Amino acid sequence: MAAIIDKIEKRIIIATGFLLALFIFSILYARDKYRTDIPECLPYDKAYTEPKVNKIDEKTYQVFGVAQMWMFQPAEINVPVGSEVDFFLTSKDVVHGFNIAQKNVNMMAIYGSINKTTVRFDKPGVYDIVCHEYCGSGHQNMKAQVIVNYPQSK
Amino acid sequence: MQVSKSFKRLIFWELSIPVALLTLGIYHGLMQTIYRAGVLKQAAFAKLDYYQGLTLHGVINAIVLTTFFAVAFGHATIAFYFKKEPNRKVAWFSFALMTTGTVMAAWAMLAGKASVLYTFYPPLKGHPLFYLGAALLIVGSWVSFFDWSRMYVKWKNENPNTKTPLAVIGTLINFTIWFVCTLAVAYEVLVLLLPWSLGWTPTVNVTLARTLFWFFGHALVYFWLLPAYIMFYTMLPKLAGGKLYSDLAGRIALFLFLLFSVPVGVHHQYSDPSITQGIKFFQGMLTFGVTIPSFITAFTLAASLEYAARRRGSKGWFGWMKKLPYLDADNYLFAYLISGLILFIFGGLTGIVNASYQLNNVVHNTSWMPGHFHMTVAGPVFLSIIGMSTYLYTKLSGRKIFMPKVNVIIPYMWTIGVLIFSTGLMWGGLIGEPRRTNLGMTYLNPDHELFRPDWVPTTTLALIGGIIMFIAGTLYIVVFFGTMVRKKQHAAALELPVSDAYHDEKRIPLFDKFKPWLVVMAIILVVAYVPAFLNVKNNTGPKAPGFTPDNPVPIESTKK
Ligand code: HEM
Ligand SMILES: [Cu+2]
Ligand SMILES: [Cu+2]
Repeated sequence: MAAIIDKIEKRIIIATGFLLALFIFSILYARDKYRTDIPECLPYDKAYTEPKVNKIDEKTYQVFGVAQMWMFQPAEINVPVGSEVDFFLTSKDVVHGFNIAQKNVNMMAIYGSINKTTVRFDKPGVYDIVCHEYCGSGHQNMKAQVIVNYPQSK
Repeated sequence: MQVSKSFKRLIFWELSIPVALLTLGIYHGLMQTIYRAGVLKQAAFAKLDYYQGLTLHGVINAIVLTTFFAVAFGHATIAFYFKKEPNRKVAWFSFALMTTGTVMAAWAMLAGKASVLYTFYPPLKGHPLFYLGAALLIVGSWVSFFDWSRMYVKWKNENPNTKTPLAVIGTLINFTIWFVCTLAVAYEVLVLLLPWSLGWTPTVNVTLARTLFWFFGHALVYFWLLPAYIMFYTMLPKLAGGKLYSDLAGRIALFLFLLFSVPVGVHHQYSDPSITQGIKFFQGMLTFGVTIPSFITAFTLAASLEYAARRRGSKGWFGWMKKLPYLDADNYLFAYLISGLILFIFGGLTGIVNASYQLNNVVHNTSWMPGHFHMTVAGPVFLSIIGMSTYLYTKLSGRKIFMPKVNVIIPYMWTIGVLIFSTGLMWGGLIGEPRRTNLGMTYLNPDHELFRPDWVPTTTLALIGGIIMFIAGTLYIVVFFGTMVRKKQHAAALELPVSDAYHDEKRIPLFDKFKPWLVVMAIILVVAYVPAFLNVKNNTGPKAPGFTPDNPVPIESTKK
């Protein structure tokens, strides 16, 4: 092979190898250091299909989110600053999206499947939830919020 | 090479049907940017609903145009390099299937009975003819491939020790990828969705359908891209006035695509439930395998272009970039290909972001995504398709180009448009702007409670870019059809530019046969996908009934 691959090509192959290693290292490093990860895999369980917010303790919450044409339930989620929230997500009908852009939460809501991710809310504020998968003619109307240490709107 | 009248006619139709449909495709591209910028605050314009139009835009531009072109270009490369036309009846049969399928699907979309987008995720349900049409289009493209494979086997038996031409290797690899990946979507469409949309089966497993779709969906993007790669390797160096830096590098890159382009589809499902993080991570790593042939290509093409420029007398490290025939109206194919490559630099880099596991959380399904893929599919893919369509048409018809000076600036105009457009979309995506959304009705409507003022600059930028793209695209359609009505001026023949190789390595048998690669491909596929399908089988619950896009009540219960 040596005669076939010229010097510059060899250098470029080595550089590419290093670059790839760097990319993969960065992914793994960020995963450990900042605890960033993609959604978890859970087997289907009917218990998650009823929308609700469970308070486990002062700082730990569970949200069972249900997306449907064209709303999220619960549509308003109130938690205190510093709380850790487990979001469980499913759909009552077509595929929906669930995006909290400020927290990089990004999940698909799918009929017959349960999605899950965990987020910590360290700053007070209103966090918009946007449906980012086409779910029919009312798709652009879907609305929900996580409200962290704000006066409740009700 | 002289070709028969029937062959010429076949290629004409295969090139001009999608270009004619493109008028609808880019019309609605422009409309999308107008709605999204909040200029239109309504559901429909001129009787075309936003999502109906988006379905047409995706299906026409990304499925119909690309598949018709891949088949036409496949016929051209195979005939040109084997000096023999494909079987006439088989080729026309393939064309008839593809056209019938396209007409069926187009009817369903235009009648508003299949506003399900080009990914047609269930349980949104479209008209049966939409699914059947898609299936016929795909099966029609297989038919041509089977005939080329027959020709290849025959040629190989007659020339066992000659290197198979690179363009032929490329075409066969491309259609092998296509055949393997479309098996999954054919299963999804014919076994899961078609009986369900006809009302024969009540429900469908949504996650299974999505997993089958993405088995197809990622490889689809390579099916779009490989004709462009074939042009980059076998034509661009020649058009630049030089040689391909290494012929072997091209072969290695193409065979690596065969291995890595299918078993990575789960990277489109990072945000999906029912598939473990382990499988997602593993397919994520395989995705990085695709960066190897991509970097090989980037290097080899840059080296080939530099060589060409130095032959033209350029000096210094970067001086060569200035010495290329960018605006030569007679050599317009160079302009189309080089603009595509420039866009592809950004398309490739943003693609690495998408593939990077948890970084995908930041961008998945936001407007970043269309920002990214208009620099790939509406970049090198689209520009090489339209440039080559004009090229093949003029050569095969013996006509001169209509408005040659305009023709050579179209790709640059398009490139500038896309760069502005994608900057707007990607910036918007990073601050949460969703894709596939009629933003004008709510988020970009100042009178609505969901109004998002922070998305005004991003969607405006996308609108400006979209207008430039639309003008360039329209000019292209004028040039293409304008050329058709000009008089014949030179002898008609099938001609393709052919690059010589600077390093023309001697034949290495491993890089000139398919069997070992197909075996490895199958092994990687099984390792990557069996666990994914087992996950889906074990972790999903009830199957879903069907829904039409305008009604939250399932279709079955509305009938009772
Ligand atoms: C005038 C030129 C074009 C403009 C202004 C344009 C604009 C757009 C916009 C704004 C979107 C996103 C819409 C949304 O997510 O709500 C989109 C989606 C898309 N475009 Fe284009 N586009 C153009 C040309 C093209 C071309 C030439 C191709 C491919 C060859 C293409 C392929 C796609 C695809 C595959 C989608 C995704 C559809 C979906 O999400 O279902 N576009 N386009
Ligand atoms: Cu939605
Ligand atoms: Cu992909």
